[in-house]
Amino acid sequence: MGMTVVQKILARASGLASVNVGDVVEPAVDMAMSHENTALVINQFLEIFKGTGLEPRVWDPSKIAVIFDHRVPAESAKTATNQKKVREFAGAQGIEKFHDVRGDAGGICHQVMAEEGYDRPGAVIVGADSHTTSHGALGAFAFGVGATEMASVWALGRAVNIQVPATIKVVITGRLHAAVTPKDVILHLVGLLTAEGGNFKVIEFHGDAIAGMPTSGRLVLCNMSVEAGATAGIVPADAETVRYLREEAGVTDPLDLVQPDADAVYDRVIEIDVSTLGPQIACPHTVDNVKGVAAVAGTAVHQIVIGSCTNGRLDDLEEAARRLKGRKIAKGVRMLVFPASWKIYKEAMTRGYLGDLMEAGAVIMNPGCGCCLGVHEGALGDGETALSTTNRNFHGRMGNPNSDVYLCSPAVAAASAISGVITDPRKEG
Amino acid sequence: MATVVYKVGDDVSTDAVYPGRFMATVLPSETPQFCFADDKAFNTALQQKAFAPGSVIVAGQNFGCGSSREQAASTIKGHGLVVIARGFARIFLQNSINLGLRTVICPALEAEVGDEIALAEAHVRNVTRGADFPIVPLPAARQAIIDAGGLIAYTRTRLVAARAR
Repeated sequence: MGMTVVQKILARASGLASVNVGDVVEPAVDMAMSHENTALVINQFLEIFKGTGLEPRVWDPSKIAVIFDHRVPAESAKTATNQKKVREFAGAQGIEKFHDVRGDAGGICHQVMAEEGYDRPGAVIVGADSHTTSHGALGAFAFGVGATEMASVWALGRAVNIQVPATIKVVITGRLHAAVTPKDVILHLVGLLTAEGGNFKVIEFHGDAIAGMPTSGRLVLCNMSVEAGATAGIVPADAETVRYLREEAGVTDPLDLVQPDADAVYDRVIEIDVSTLGPQIACPHTVDNVKGVAAVAGTAVHQIVIGSCTNGRLDDLEEAARRLKGRKIAKGVRMLVFPASWKIYKEAMTRGYLGDLMEAGAVIMNPGCGCCLGVHEGALGDGETALSTTNRNFHGRMGNPNSDVYLCSPAVAAASAISGVITDPRKEG
Repeated sequence: MATVVYKVGDDVSTDAVYPGRFMATVLPSETPQFCFADDKAFNTALQQKAFAPGSVIVAGQNFGCGSSREQAASTIKGHGLVVIARGFARIFLQNSINLGLRTVICPALEAEVGDEIALAEAHVRNVTRGADFPIVPLPAARQAIIDAGGLIAYTRTRLVAARAR
């Protein structure tokens, strides 16, 4: 019986010829990533060693990435102290893939992992963050874990007691309309599957729309696969994966372009023709509450957020800058822009995107997650509405339970910034 | 027997269980104060220790969806509560098992706040309503961790064995 991509990756990483759905395996981990919650991982890691007489050393410092992004620069003494503890630990353990608070490198962990070449096709990647699904964009099996599980990986170098997940095959065909983006595709899919439709499963992406999609768009699809509950999203590695890793991430090592078998068995197959898909929007307060933008067009917005691990890449900023150049953001609306990494920030600055956005009235923030999850800057006032290119709109997500968050593409966000109300970008210049 | 002290619907996220703005607080000894912080009445009752250990939170489908923040499991465990849900999101379920928060999957459960619940091996009995609802066993892969008393103890044993070789 044939295997899916993830079955093949898990078999290889577990030293087995093949694995079946439901098998319990202990794959070796190729990369373990965490952010500010590394403070808790360290605490749990030291707990594991208590009473053993063993010196607490991580299994392989070269396979650990620690990237500060959730609260940068620190918003409180508590965070600053946690970051200090992590910085000292990384130094003592020899963790060199440590991205501190600085402007010449780093940024949001899910972008940094890709652009630094830490993501590889065929790899097993665990991250102490639910959006670790992002890294499937480069053909890796990447899934989120909690801090204690990360501590266990640090100690053993394996993810213990993993049950081989079933896979949903999603075939995406057709050509997207100019104002319709990968974000609209994944919002549509999450709406279709519902918030739990992918729970304990992998979403494997196929189809000509995927073949023609750059890595930046694939990252959007895989990033939000977790919003359908999926353990992982994955795009089997192809020519674009190789191009990205060689040309943009500077990877020179041999690559293992793991493919599914032709007779792989899937839990279900979903086919979506995106040629007629319009701009989508996730309405409060669940990500699967997805509608066509027309259904809520005209709704007044107070804060617009462009950026994050979902939509803070160069093509996203370009789209926003193109629409806002020479225009002004509506009065009473504030726009915050979070480039996904400092590399992107610098390039967007060089190309003039950031200047165009500033001239329109946007506030350019440093790369980070804080606003998206309501921990650091960009909180909403009582009764306010945000329109955001981020990935979650749960009750209170942006720091205030008495507010609403709508999720959309950068095109919808930029068009709406000019009008001050939710706007279909196909109707805007 | 235990009392249902709180009931929530489907797709309740870890943002609701433990809002992001408290995430700088990480230690299991400190997280209980922010349990369901945006529901002032319930949070206050928890802080005043109004509920006996073993009291039950009843939830719908996909409880604990969203963020992988482990505080969502440790904050509930800190109050000694049990969560019986029609279904759990993967990462939350895993975190709960890893930390020893008791979670019960009971897809057909019918219960309201104030109902008395008795937990048996294969079913949840709603004593107040005189009805039994079957339990779906936790993933077999996780039983070894539960048996060890959590992932820290489990990993410690594995680590000592591995380094002794």
